[in-house]
Amino acid sequence: MELTGADIVVQSLHDEGVEYVFGYPGGAVLHIYDAIYKQDKVKHVLVRHEQGATHAADGYARSTGRAGVVLVTSGPGATNAVTGIATAYMDSIPMVILTGQVPTHLIGNDAFQEVDAVGITRPCVKHNFLVKDVRELAATIKKAFYVATTGRPGPVVVDIPKDVTAQKAEYEYPSKVTMRSYNPTVKGHPGQIKRAVEMLLEAKRPMIYTGGGVVLGNASASLTEFSRALGYPVTNTLMGLGAYPATDNLFVGMLGMHGTYEANMGMHHCDVLLAVGARFDDRVTGNVSKFCQNARIIHIDIDPSSISKNVKVDIPIVGPVDPVLREMISVLKESKRKPDSAALDAWWKQINEWRSVDCLKYDRKSELIKPQYVLETMYKVTNGDAFVTSDVGQHQMWAAQFYKFDKPNRWINSGGLGTMGFGLPAAMGVQFAHPDATVACVTGEASIQMCIQELSTCKQYNLPIKIVNLNNRYLGMVRQWQEFFYDKRYSNSYMDALPDFVKLAEAYGHVGMKIEKPADVEGALREAFAMKDRLVFLDFITDQKENVYPMIPAGGGLNEMILV
Amino acid sequence: MRHIISILLENESGALSRVAGLFSARGYNIESLTVAVTEDPSLSRMTLVTRGSDEIIEQITKQLNKLVDVVKVFDLTEGEHIEREMLLIKVSAVNGGREEVKRLTEIFRGRIIDVTETTYTIELTGTGDKLDAFIKALGGNKILETVRSGVSGIGRGEKSLRV
Repeated sequence: MELTGADIVVQSLHDEGVEYVFGYPGGAVLHIYDAIYKQDKVKHVLVRHEQGATHAADGYARSTGRAGVVLVTSGPGATNAVTGIATAYMDSIPMVILTGQVPTHLIGNDAFQEVDAVGITRPCVKHNFLVKDVRELAATIKKAFYVATTGRPGPVVVDIPKDVTAQKAEYEYPSKVTMRSYNPTVKGHPGQIKRAVEMLLEAKRPMIYTGGGVVLGNASASLTEFSRALGYPVTNTLMGLGAYPATDNLFVGMLGMHGTYEANMGMHHCDVLLAVGARFDDRVTGNVSKFCQNARIIHIDIDPSSISKNVKVDIPIVGPVDPVLREMISVLKESKRKPDSAALDAWWKQINEWRSVDCLKYDRKSELIKPQYVLETMYKVTNGDAFVTSDVGQHQMWAAQFYKFDKPNRWINSGGLGTMGFGLPAAMGVQFAHPDATVACVTGEASIQMCIQELSTCKQYNLPIKIVNLNNRYLGMVRQWQEFFYDKRYSNSYMDALPDFVKLAEAYGHVGMKIEKPADVEGALREAFAMKDRLVFLDFITDQKENVYPMIPAGGGLNEMILV
Repeated sequence: MRHIISILLENESGALSRVAGLFSARGYNIESLTVAVTEDPSLSRMTLVTRGSDEIIEQITKQLNKLVDVVKVFDLTEGEHIEREMLLIKVSAVNGGREEVKRLTEIFRGRIIDVTETTYTIELTGTGDKLDAFIKALGGNKILETVRSGVSGIGRGEKSLRV
């Protein structure tokens, strides 16, 4: 059947099984928007800023495991999307971004709303394409989804000039793709897997350290089974929270710069470390020269370039984490050897001593609202079963520390790029994907203002998100660093002239609540979360000077934490 | 250590910028880079000379392999190989200097490929070291222009880098 390029785009998305496209129209994509108008299979969500579209698609992807899809126009449409694309790239999120482009005969002419979208996005995409021939459009879209969702996932941009969307071609959506230059590994090396299991069984002080790769690779069940079979302690990175149930006794909390005392001390003192789908990020390792000095390290990762990039490992296993862990489980079952239970008992005794330090304690008698208390209460009120998105800063760390995620794909935050403004639009994507689920956006008065316009989108589509704004009138994390390392010179970290968030929420057609006393916290949260069909903006006026503890200062090792 | 990395990549617009962009974004250095189409018009062959510790070179090859347009990567310096570079150089050739430049060119087995009343243009092929030595030997004679192709490399023996 012969279709126009615009119809090919929409039909391809439909054949790819796409439910939602998050986007914003403009000149270069008018033909595509016309094609969207003429059908109702692929639903379009109109955001208020292209950054919001990318974060919404990102939230959709993180909470479902499917690729998020974005449609923006050329020029400023594309550049506005770049922050969201980079955010997805840093956290390996599958996403396909369709950008309009000026007509092919004008490319390179400094035409109206022209940017070199392929050039601008090149360093922050897994791959990108410029489609110059309508006959290649469907196959390119297929390739984009294939590249975005396989191997180590990531965003893929398809730049489509306007004239290509008007031309006609025979439509056929390819059922499969083969690319000679792209063949992700599908299986781990059996010899390496055997060696790894043997090394784990020799351990006296083992640690299992897992990251976002376990969530992305749907390996939560196999990780849980494997860890329990061994009885070894498990720590998750910021990106990996939920991959192992946080309420399980083997879980020692998040590790890294604001990780728990027990997780970081466990890492520092372990003798065998199993790293799964984690990339030894600087926020995790602290000073690399002091990192796990006495440990032999096994690293499972789908991306060979993640292995021995920051920390030299002893047994690398390249492959998708789930099949590798499954094979490790069967090797373990066949092995005659068992973990050294005497050594393990002693190790757990030590870990429980570290646990008893209670590193997340805070002043529960304060007359000011403590942000930790809000999150602890939110955990209680939502029965630990909400999807929680966050922005970036102190509130993000507190949410990671105090909301105990028992399931993967529930904790949605910008870990790698650290993008303020991520939380609200990401929550929209999550709510579209899970219309009946409880979705909370934990944010601060600074972050929320970076994509506040999306409150309008939430109104248009009746998204009953609960915004938990921890309002300390400071760029809290910046303030904390200035307090610790800049002799309390609070340069530009104070948020002056804040809007009245209650009135603002109301102006957008939502419910606003301001909470100023600790005694009102629980009631407000219960009231808000009971409103199943309304967006509620909860403005908590919190203690201005609260800090995130523990903290590893720059250059410190994992055992050199500042405790409260 | 110096490494010569051979890359087979899709002959598509933008493929070169992906490689160059990778090097600048990750702070690796490029000593030289040459690229041209192969006997298969859908593939380009690139030779890239870089320097770095074993860890850096390992990262470079892994990162190159990760690029979707890159089909194959091989570090030539891991085995026996041949490297060649071509130099085109225009020198001032007047009076006694004319004879001296001609003699030097013969010693280095170069060829004079263009002549004017006051200049010679010389073509010389060899390893980078040889070209350096020639430029140094010309020393006293005024060099007007130097064009180097960058290193091209190929493995010795029967093994070949192909799809």
